[in-house]
Amino acid sequence: MTLTTELMPFEEAMARFDPVLGLEVHVELNTASKMFCGCPTAFGAEPNTQVCPVCLGLPGALPVVNGAAVEAAVRIGLALNCQIAPWCRFARKNYFYPDMPKNFQTSQYDEPIAFDGWTEVDVDGEPFRVEIERAHMEEDTGKSLHVGGSTGRIHGADYSLLDYNRAGVPLIEIVTKPIEGTGARAPQVARAYVAHLRELLLSLGVSDVRMEQGSLRCDVNLSLRPDPGAPFGTRSETKNVNSLRSVERAVRFEVSRQAAVLAADGHVVQETRHWHEDTGETTPGRSKEQAEDYRYFPEPDLVPIAPPREWVEELRAGLPEPPREHRARLQAQWGLSDLDMRDVVGAGALPLVEQTVDAGAPPQAAKKWWLSELARRANERGVELTELPITPAQVAEVQALVDAGRVNDKLARQVIEGVLAGEGTPEEVVSARGLEVVSDDSALGAAVDRAIEANPDVAQKIRDGKVAAAGALIGAVMKEMRGQADAARVRELIIDRLS
Amino acid sequence: MAEHAAPAITREEVAHLAHLARIDLTDAELDHLAPQLAVILESVASVSKVAADDIPPTSHAVPLTNVFRPDEVQPGLTAEEALAGAPEAEEQRFRVPRILGEEA
Amino acid sequence: MAELIQRSALELADAIARGETTSVEVTQAHLDRIAAVDEAVHAFLHVDADGALRAAREADERRSAGQPASALDGVPVAVKDVLATKGMPTTCGSRILQGWMPPYDATVVARLRAAGLPILGKTNMDEFAMGSSTEHSAYGPTHNPWDLERIPGGSGGGSSAAVAAYEAPLAIGTDTGGSIRQPAAVTGTIGVKPTYGGVSRYGLVALASSLDQAGPCTRTVADAAALHEIIGGHDPRDSTSIDRPLPALREAVANADLSGVRVGVVKELGGEGYQTGVRARFDEAVKLVTDAGAEVVEVSCPHFEYGLGAYYLILPSEASSNLAKFDAMRYGLRVLPDDVDSPSAEQVMTATREAGFGDEVKRRIILGTYALSSGYYDAYYGQAQKVRTLISRDFETAFAQVDVLVSPTAPTTAFRIGEKLDDPLAMYLNDIATIPANLAGVPGISVPSGLADEDGLPAGLQVLAPATADDRLYRVGAVVESLLEAQWGGPLLAQAPELGGRR
Repeated sequence: MTLTTELMPFEEAMARFDPVLGLEVHVELNTASKMFCGCPTAFGAEPNTQVCPVCLGLPGALPVVNGAAVEAAVRIGLALNCQIAPWCRFARKNYFYPDMPKNFQTSQYDEPIAFDGWTEVDVDGEPFRVEIERAHMEEDTGKSLHVGGSTGRIHGADYSLLDYNRAGVPLIEIVTKPIEGTGARAPQVARAYVAHLRELLLSLGVSDVRMEQGSLRCDVNLSLRPDPGAPFGTRSETKNVNSLRSVERAVRFEVSRQAAVLAADGHVVQETRHWHEDTGETTPGRSKEQAEDYRYFPEPDLVPIAPPREWVEELRAGLPEPPREHRARLQAQWGLSDLDMRDVVGAGALPLVEQTVDAGAPPQAAKKWWLSELARRANERGVELTELPITPAQVAEVQALVDAGRVNDKLARQVIEGVLAGEGTPEEVVSARGLEVVSDDSALGAAVDRAIEANPDVAQKIRDGKVAAAGALIGAVMKEMRGQADAARVRELIIDRLS
Repeated sequence: MAEHAAPAITREEVAHLAHLARIDLTDAELDHLAPQLAVILESVASVSKVAADDIPPTSHAVPLTNVFRPDEVQPGLTAEEALAGAPEAEEQRFRVPRILGEEA
Repeated sequence: MAELIQRSALELADAIARGETTSVEVTQAHLDRIAAVDEAVHAFLHVDADGALRAAREADERRSAGQPASALDGVPVAVKDVLATKGMPTTCGSRILQGWMPPYDATVVARLRAAGLPILGKTNMDEFAMGSSTEHSAYGPTHNPWDLERIPGGSGGGSSAAVAAYEAPLAIGTDTGGSIRQPAAVTGTIGVKPTYGGVSRYGLVALASSLDQAGPCTRTVADAAALHEIIGGHDPRDSTSIDRPLPALREAVANADLSGVRVGVVKELGGEGYQTGVRARFDEAVKLVTDAGAEVVEVSCPHFEYGLGAYYLILPSEASSNLAKFDAMRYGLRVLPDDVDSPSAEQVMTATREAGFGDEVKRRIILGTYALSSGYYDAYYGQAQKVRTLISRDFETAFAQVDVLVSPTAPTTAFRIGEKLDDPLAMYLNDIATIPANLAGVPGISVPSGLADEDGLPAGLQVLAPATADDRLYRVGAVVESLLEAQWGGPLLAQAPELGGRR
């Protein structure tokens, strides 16, 4: 049951208050093995089949740091223009929760491996600089299934079932400094930052950053103040924000909610809230009588990490080009206008378009497919582009079919529809649905002849020079061919016969 | 020796600590733990004064750094072995009583 | 056959190698001894006769094939119940792990198996290694073979008592603040705490991660060296383990000689608070050592007096975190709270930990939670770690002047069971001489120094060496052992009362 929440219209709220944002993003690394043990990290295995004494927290087990995770952490820090700590340690964050086998999380506390950085985000074509507080290493928890309640959520559940396959998977937590100066663009800035991080992390190759799979998780912090000069207000933290769209919507909602509270002379409660995708609202978490005391202390089972300076510089030299340069280069290579490029980036589609081009599609075509046809379908289904069950390589395949003249644009859309429906690869869909255009001239010619015969007046107009009238005949042929003809070729054949 | 001169630890504080440590102490235990702990704390109080600010802390006797393992998969436990000691299991998962979660 | 159990481990290995006896015979002899005396001594929590005899048969096969797995192949050993043994219960002396069968072996255990030592069983201990008397075991105390109404020391009283009662020629113990050395002292046996990081902690259920070490419990210094060489060395599964080969320990025993060795008597570890008889035997031993050619001086380690305070802050802090994993969710005891219809996970956790942990464990968990909590960290845990630095520096300064340090191992001989139970602080004082070594990570050995006049009970002499110089312990310890045994006309244990059948 949710209480009816008072909300102030967003525009009004932004006229009266200045928002301050904070974003905490957790990234699951794509290392082969876990942070502190050799168990595999692969997604989707049978429960409790990727565990060992270490990640199960069995008595006596000890952690050993995954060197590749450290390297990924350093590279992430460098890509975010951070200082890399010359010496740092892991720390224990102590609290009890059944998804945490040791009842402490091995993390980093006051000695993060990377700190004090920044990154420039593209918000509707304008650069916006976000200051980075820190990036640190930690381990993921197990997964719980709550059984017995009506919604599968914790509330009202009778018991829970724990799977520890995910426990111990390496996480990097990236925390921004308070983000000021966004004004009413706060929702867009938040979304753009997360999209930007995704791009960055993909370019580094350290994670598959799939929000819908949980390999990129976002917590949104928001507070309001009367004006930019005032001290920070009390902030709320919203969890369970699992898509770019949710980031934007959650910020909007919290702005509206907090503004209503403040306008009624109330106080914003410092609390953790939960985002609900279905209702588009945040709800309060369980109130805790006392703030959690994590009793941090340096992890005694691990020794300090002191990244050698030469190694850090080597990693820095090996970084992929920064997103801005990357985008500029792609734009030049692809010959896209600024507006076109902005659209691609704004839709969060740059990696998809890039992968489609890499798979052989012409850039304009790649852009067209992702930003119109596929964007429409994603909207219909209420999912992100990345969640559509079609890969960039498959999109390139579809375009290749068009370029080869085997399907036209309309048929190509049907191929895409088939792939999305799970009917198979583009080639398989073409086959199964019989979508290939007829390219056999004699068959086409026969159809053209029939159309000419059935429409003598139109045919006469064309003979008289009104070539534009061919459209009606083309339409008739296409109808007979059920769209499986190359309209341009049909037109040629018509003109040929009637000139 | 002054009676409980230094850090007095109250019964309430002990109850709070017991909650943090997830131990359901009985009233009798709460009664006798507070004075026992106070005595111990008094005897260790000397520690808080002896080291000057410029003394670095030691956490390890032998100063090792950068101990890593390669990112390679190693064999672990089977699900059966993992669940062997479980007080309760269901569908190859650990079955635990209802968790008072984060949501209200 | 009865006489077999009185031999040292190396003597047994030799006898097996020569064909005078077999591992099966030796192992059976010890199993028989356990059956005869352990009801009175209660050193063992679990005896694995089948497993031990199976391993013994395999050892005999290897010996016949002329391919022994190690110098101690076929010689049985007992293991403190804090080390994970696959297929054998590992309780850590606690109810909360009653019946828990680990699915894996500790590295130390794996090395024992690979070396061919049959494992007789698991020995009793203070719960989660918290204690100096083994009275805090949830399964009842162990009794000192010298006087069954007295404690055998702790936390590893079971291992030392087993060795002292001839139930095993070898045992593995663990030492966090003296839990190998102090039991050795009060049972007239040998106990060694290796350099921190010298023996793998993988599979050693953690008490205080920065202090714990596993080590040998034996009746001779040479046996300890042999066992230490088998279990020690780098382990990639333990990030804190030293990545350097062990020094030659058996060789140090073989070449033991004191000429030119500089020995420092620690001023702060002795004097008031130390039992008269303990001091007397220590002073005599020091004189013997001087006569044997060592250069003996007094050294001062002024920060040692803060050791107890630092220890009783660091240990509970780390332990409170290490013991959080015992929550009834994945293994071990699960207790449902009374009068609650549908208890939550949290309620089951708190009820289980209340029922499953003993008093001393609860005390230290609460203390540790306090010391780490916000507002107190700097004053307590943070400061205690600084005191470690000061103590390490004291050792460094001392070892610049001398090669080894010596002191009595413990301030008293074995006290009566029940005598110190109501006074935790009095109990903590038992560790006063052993704690500094754990805080600094340096190695230490306890060898018998003699019997105290006032009660006829054993006392120990402790030798400490710089980190990674474990060989010095064996060099000096071996000489002290041989000098004293020459005086006694045999090992000190030979003077222990006969233990046979029921008391």
